[in-house]
Amino acid sequence: MSSDQTPKDYRESLIHLEYQYTAGSATTTFLNQVKEGRLVGQACPKCKAVYVPPRGSCPRDGIATTIEVPLTDKGCIESFTVVHIPIPGNPIVPPYVCAMVRLDKANISFLHLIQGVEIEDIRIGMRVQAVWKPKEEWTHSLENIKWFAPIDEPDIDVSTLRFKEA
Amino acid sequence: MSETKTNLLEAPFELSYKYKRSSGPVMSKFFEALGDKKILGTKSKAQKVFAPAAEFDPQTRETLTDLTEVGPGGVIESWSWVHQPSDHHLLQIPFAFALIKLDGADTAMLHMISGCQESDLSIGARVTATWSDTPTESITDIKHFTLEL
Ligand SMILES: [Zn+2]
Repeated sequence: MSSDQTPKDYRESLIHLEYQYTAGSATTTFLNQVKEGRLVGQACPKCKAVYVPPRGSCPRDGIATTIEVPLTDKGCIESFTVVHIPIPGNPIVPPYVCAMVRLDKANISFLHLIQGVEIEDIRIGMRVQAVWKPKEEWTHSLENIKWFAPIDEPDIDVSTLRFKEA
Repeated sequence: MSETKTNLLEAPFELSYKYKRSSGPVMSKFFEALGDKKILGTKSKAQKVFAPAAEFDPQTRETLTDLTEVGPGGVIESWSWVHQPSDHHLLQIPFAFALIKLDGADTAMLHMISGCQESDLSIGARVTATWSDTPTESITDIKHFTLEL
């Protein structure tokens, strides 16, 4: 190659990783309930914070979250983002909305999709409820919930969701 | 250990994605040269040759742009025999990963040695590059190194 040729700037690379995931006891318990269409969090015996999905311990107190707390599939949008850029391999067509959903009585939120509403109408504090897949499709996955959709209830002032030590 | 053994959920996962990266002005030339069956190093002001080509001298922080051809022969500096290659290895028969100091270079390059037994290998033994017939301008254009006769 002669030195005056422009080097190719970019080359395509591939990251490929196969691994075995072991859920651990808290996640196993949680996903076994999810398979039955139930959302069960865990509470810290000291500060009473409710974690869903539970990770088995309270990061605030460093102790095991031994108390099981059945939750409803209703909550509110704590935060959200409108996704405009397609992710390769992701079947969802942009624009769509990902939100941090805070279930009632829970002290943390988790990421899920919001549908059944115009994107412009989505707001923080909006009340939502899970839309489940047909029961026969349920597996050990939060994908049993297709998405969360708004329900006809007044918005929540998210500042009231701030954690207060029991 | 707990007395009752719980049945934990387990699942195989696969993470895979493509991305584009810029190999930069120096490494671009290194990769392109591989397509021409040439191995390039970079030379510092003190005449130290880094191979594979490096963009800077890690000790002096000098920027390196002076490309120079090295190899394709060299000596084994260190090696490790792979008795049972896994699916992820590029060679599917037992081979060695080796640090090879190419002729004209002052640093060693990591690559594979194939076409021999474990007992044939020794530190200081001479090897030479065996080239791929279908170059892609990547490090795998060198299929592996082979012991010199
Ligand atoms: Zn706590």
